[in-house]
Amino acid sequence: MASESVREQTGRTAPGPRRGAHDRADGTPAAPADPGTPPYAGDPLRRPRRPLVPVAPGPEAVELTGPVFGPADVDPLDADLTRQHTGDPLGERIAVAGRIVDRRGRPVRGQLVELWQANAAGRYANRLDQRSTPLDPNFTGAGRCLTDDDGRYRFTTIRPGAYPWPGRHNVWRPAHLHFSLFGTAFTQRLVTQMYFPGDPLLPYDSIWRSAGDAARDRLVAAFDPGLSVSGSALGYRWDVVLDGPAATWAEEGR
Amino acid sequence: MTRDITPAQTVGPFHGHALPFAGGGAPAPVGHPQTVTVHGVVQDGAGEPVPDALLEFWQAGPDGSAPAVPGSLRRDGLGFTGFARVTTGRDGHYLLRTLPPGGAPYLAVCLFARGLPHHLFTRLYFTLPGHDPLLAALPADRRLTLLAAPDPGHHRAYRFDIRLQGDRETVFLDFAEPPSRHGSRHEATPGDA
Repeated sequence: MASESVREQTGRTAPGPRRGAHDRADGTPAAPADPGTPPYAGDPLRRPRRPLVPVAPGPEAVELTGPVFGPADVDPLDADLTRQHTGDPLGERIAVAGRIVDRRGRPVRGQLVELWQANAAGRYANRLDQRSTPLDPNFTGAGRCLTDDDGRYRFTTIRPGAYPWPGRHNVWRPAHLHFSLFGTAFTQRLVTQMYFPGDPLLPYDSIWRSAGDAARDRLVAAFDPGLSVSGSALGYRWDVVLDGPAATWAEEGR
Repeated sequence: MTRDITPAQTVGPFHGHALPFAGGGAPAPVGHPQTVTVHGVVQDGAGEPVPDALLEFWQAGPDGSAPAVPGSLRRDGLGFTGFARVTTGRDGHYLLRTLPPGGAPYLAVCLFARGLPHHLFTRLYFTLPGHDPLLAALPADRRLTLLAAPDPGHHRAYRFDIRLQGDRETVFLDFAEPPSRHGSRHEATPGDA
């Protein structure tokens, strides 16, 4: 069945993901040998054709600094996506937490973390998402928080549903959370997606695969009972390492 | 010892209810006499507007130093935080009201859009300074893609279009320490929409 659906999606006859031998303890398929889904290369009309121009920013480069955020920017309630309306949203409550560090392992302190996602039924509260899947009047699916002095963040939200890729035949996105993160340098800016362990859609997802065989597992959170809230929410841990130019790594005291 | 970075993923089409914020495109203090307007379109390789792009700007203040003050997301109309975030409209057009940077005369720009597996960095220069290592390394025609043009029809206004492809493709920048580590983003295979 799996390979049939892959053939429909891609027009190729590659076999579906192999199961078993390579699966990890948490059930997430680890680097399927040939899932038959090419990595997402982007919109061919939007992707620049010329190579990026390497820049070694000098000490005066504004990109070595970045915006500063503080309590004026973020309300503590912004980190709880289940409390933004008068009623309770539908779905499975989850707590997602982790630590943001730079390449040297130093915590990224006091920086902005933004989260957005589909609701439990797999629909975004966004006018561009016009599928017939139900909206949830008690769920907007957008949150913000600041990292603490140890680089930690935490959100309470709803586990999002999988959803079909608009305009494609039977291609589904696995459940995922979109994350936007800032470091202390503008060059550390990161927008990415977090996935859930054990999701059978992962090997078929061309966007997850676009991160590369070696790196994509870093986008999959770990189930962490220690983060669960008794009687309320299942806990997932997802840590992030931000990039940065060499010049920022030499700075101390961050 | 360095750690492996977390890879980027596309911003996707559904960020408009989450990332924009009130006043995002107007970091200039209200009524500031030095305010400049910067505007333009984001175009794809067919010359069509990109209606779902998210642009972020980061810059020094008029005194040449990077602002280190919070409040970008809840602007008070008085201070200058140096950070802006705008989305393009259906016509691909964006507009920013800011203060001209002192020191190096450019804004750092970060562009996100559906169809971009990784965000793009560029710079918007108000003038082309004589001693700038980046500009000096570029051919003249490429250099001009980074220059905002005075907009004669409007007061203290500049035009800056961003072209993702084509003869006048904007120069996009890679700040990573070599060897580059973003995997396949430069070698992506064509043909996948």
